[in-house]
Amino acid sequence: MSVETAKYRELGLTDAEYGLIVEKLGREPNDVELAMFSLLWSEHCAYKHSRKLLGRLPTEGERVVMGPGENAGAVDVGSGYAVAFKVESHNHPSAVEPFQGAATGVGGILRDVFAIGARPIAILDSLRFGELDSVRSRHLLDGAVRGIGHYGNSIGVATVGGEIYFEGPYEHNCLVNAMCIGFAKTKDMVRAAAAGPGNSIVLMGASTGRDGIGGASVLASAELGEGDEAKRPTVQIGDPFEESKLLECCLELLEKGLLVSLQDLGAAGLTSSAGEMASAGGVGIDIDVAEVPLREADMEPFEIMVSESQERMLAVVEPARVDEVRAICEKWQTGSAVIGTVTESGAIRILRDGAVVGEMPVEALVDGCPLYDLEPGEPEGWIYGNRATLAEGVSAEEELLALLSAPSIASKRWAFEQYDSIVGSRTVRRPEQADAAVLQLPESGNAIAVSIDGNGRRVACDPYAGTIEAVLECAQNLACVGAQPLGLTNCLNFGNPEKPVGAWQLDRAVSGLADACNALGVPVVGGNVSLYNEGPDGPIYPTPVVAMVGELPDPAQVAGGAFVKEGDAIGLIGPFEPNLAGSELAKQRGRLEMGLPQPEIDPVAAACATVRDAVRAGRLASVHDVSDGGLAVALAESAIAGGLGCQVDLQHLRVRGCSPEEALFGEGPGGFLVSGDRAELEALGAVPLGSVGGNAVEIAAGDRSLSIPLAEAERAWRSLDERV
Amino acid sequence: MIWGVLQFPGSCDERDALHACEVHGDGARLIWHESRDLDGVDGVVVPGGFSYGDYLRAGAIARFSPAMEAVAEAAAGGAPVLGICNGFQVLCEAGLLPGALLRNVELRFRCHQVELIEEGTDKRLSIPAKHGEGRYYAPEEMLDELEANGQIAYRYADGHNSNGSVRDIAGVMNERGNVLGLMPHPEHAVDPLTGSTDGLRVFDRLGEFANHGLTKSPTA
Repeated sequence: MSVETAKYRELGLTDAEYGLIVEKLGREPNDVELAMFSLLWSEHCAYKHSRKLLGRLPTEGERVVMGPGENAGAVDVGSGYAVAFKVESHNHPSAVEPFQGAATGVGGILRDVFAIGARPIAILDSLRFGELDSVRSRHLLDGAVRGIGHYGNSIGVATVGGEIYFEGPYEHNCLVNAMCIGFAKTKDMVRAAAAGPGNSIVLMGASTGRDGIGGASVLASAELGEGDEAKRPTVQIGDPFEESKLLECCLELLEKGLLVSLQDLGAAGLTSSAGEMASAGGVGIDIDVAEVPLREADMEPFEIMVSESQERMLAVVEPARVDEVRAICEKWQTGSAVIGTVTESGAIRILRDGAVVGEMPVEALVDGCPLYDLEPGEPEGWIYGNRATLAEGVSAEEELLALLSAPSIASKRWAFEQYDSIVGSRTVRRPEQADAAVLQLPESGNAIAVSIDGNGRRVACDPYAGTIEAVLECAQNLACVGAQPLGLTNCLNFGNPEKPVGAWQLDRAVSGLADACNALGVPVVGGNVSLYNEGPDGPIYPTPVVAMVGELPDPAQVAGGAFVKEGDAIGLIGPFEPNLAGSELAKQRGRLEMGLPQPEIDPVAAACATVRDAVRAGRLASVHDVSDGGLAVALAESAIAGGLGCQVDLQHLRVRGCSPEEALFGEGPGGFLVSGDRAELEALGAVPLGSVGGNAVEIAAGDRSLSIPLAEAERAWRSLDERV
Repeated sequence: MIWGVLQFPGSCDERDALHACEVHGDGARLIWHESRDLDGVDGVVVPGGFSYGDYLRAGAIARFSPAMEAVAEAAAGGAPVLGICNGFQVLCEAGLLPGALLRNVELRFRCHQVELIEEGTDKRLSIPAKHGEGRYYAPEEMLDELEANGQIAYRYADGHNSNGSVRDIAGVMNERGNVLGLMPHPEHAVDPLTGSTDGLRVFDRLGEFANHGLTKSPTA
């Protein structure tokens, strides 16, 4: 193998891809060009194994302000305001160094949102780790939670919600997905396209160092394995104080109309930012690396171009405005330097002190990467391990306690109390007060609700049905607080798409996402894809993390999940048909296998509408989505949250053909556990289940009836606090 | 009453404080950290956040800002000054309040609703706290003196002192009674939709003490 061949392969390019680069350039690329191509043609930047599939997703809707292709999606919330949102993965960096990996994941997603001129108002996160009894998982959990808190708390953006699951297949490859919500005057928002040949390219924020070099290709697009310690220098280091100043500076620049366009520097640093801005604007860009403020003077041009140093933004500025821009940067004590010019050349040119050290057509660099078709192959059976942790034949009480204390179900108070959930004075529902976070928007006189979900285990059982369920769960969570969905974003965390099973999981999941969004009429305004999430034991559970933003007219009319009053009636609304397939109980019994019932979307959508309207009209005292662990867990959670017991009889549910065990612990979409006035519940068509009161969770379910003192249920549900 | 709210690089809660001051008083404005002029305001809030990134030590850099020089002068003249969380740390660093804030005993940032007891009246307030360095500390003799002078403003109710503060102290005042610092966030308790309105009571109380002094307070 020649030196050249070794080099491009090491950078992650195939022989055919390298051949194509040579063809497009009409010559062999030099080192600067090779480094830049290898990053922009990586899976992380080019979406080369997923882009064709993503075309299936519906992206249009009357409330969409910005769709896929921008730094973040945005929807109209009325009165001239928009809400921007995006979720992105930082999985591989977090698996190597969880604190900085998670912290810079938050920093990156914040920049995506303020890059379009929206002030970040909330953060959510979706985390996956191996089982809690693993030392490595506890280390990753602790680091990731501290990292998220460190960045979000320090920069003053509220972390209002999220989810954490613990499953064996994430042992070597944890998932850290961070979401940011922003709020903007629609007229002040800005796109990323560079425009106006002759305009200046201004690099703002931190100086550029050697951190994160090669992160996109070496870390984000290869499987993790032995020797990951050596990759630590490729994980970026975050500084929320630097970003706080940069954020305020950028928002002031945009408010004063001083920028033509703005783009954050994320994966692949200057290379991708400049490339994407040029491509979107149909222009060329010249960058002189000698003008880039450096942390280390001896950096090579290719290092400067691919560095992933954090807290940097790239802006296009009219030459006459450059002095004003730099004065505002100075006010905020944030760096700024004119590093280049917009040109008509259609090429990215890299110069050092005026001499050209690299030159590539924008079209070849940004849009020239080949897109691949997948070769899906359905697995013949369950490909993941599943060790039984709960014996068959134990009492229903023992089963409920085992579910309540399961790390994926138990209260996540230990984690979310490490996050500032209230800064900004918008948080009407804090974590665990309701199924979705609720943020008031006094400026537009209404509120939004946000939910983030994705049960990888169920997607592993059936990628199509499981992904539909993730969308339905988000929609149900929004309905619980009276919100109507406006838009959806997602992060597709999957294994290797070049392997048949990985390809099949991704293909089926994207179809499920498309069908659910079409049926619900919810547009997909953006997304992120993280592939090659595999460790020595195989792939992760396929994990499409779905995040949905909804609108509610009156923040004072929001229900919570807690039982409110002794004597209130309890009922079930929705087409919920409990089934043990893929459930937490099936997992604990070691009985996971392929297959889930196929969800019917329309009846769930109808139930969402019923619940939403009832919440807005103040007709329900409490609403809680029936999710992991089934109805028994939902009942216990509402009881614990309200400090009130319940007496319930599930016989009415059993006309749906389920066994006592399924009625108690079966899972599936479409169930709302509600409480309130008996006549109201009847009028809403709720299946009567029982009433609120007493000091125990008492559930009659034939030969599986159970009764647990409320305090004992609460001890189990809160047990995570002591176990992490 | 017109309030001024200081804004440092790295402040987080300054907009929340501004809003709370608008709810409480007759108006409020932000004061940039480089300003030596308090713009004619009647009282000042030093808000929460991570001024200057909390580098070196929480509040240690902010105390040297021009705006803090102006605040020290205003405080000497009897103007009410309220330090919240990082603002409390800044006031302690500046020597305007006694004692210091150390890392929470559990060494973790914690955000939760806490109950405070108003010293002297035993009135309970429900206000959120959120900090990683909120463990109040002062030497024993100084604590005795603060208690004797009536300088303790708030203590955590039983079971709510999660940061390990000495003698459950959540907030203290200067001898004159016009400078008050506390770790919990009254500016986040001015709207029933986001939790409670008990925070307004803290602003009122500071106003009373600033006007009448500690010994003349209605309850002391």
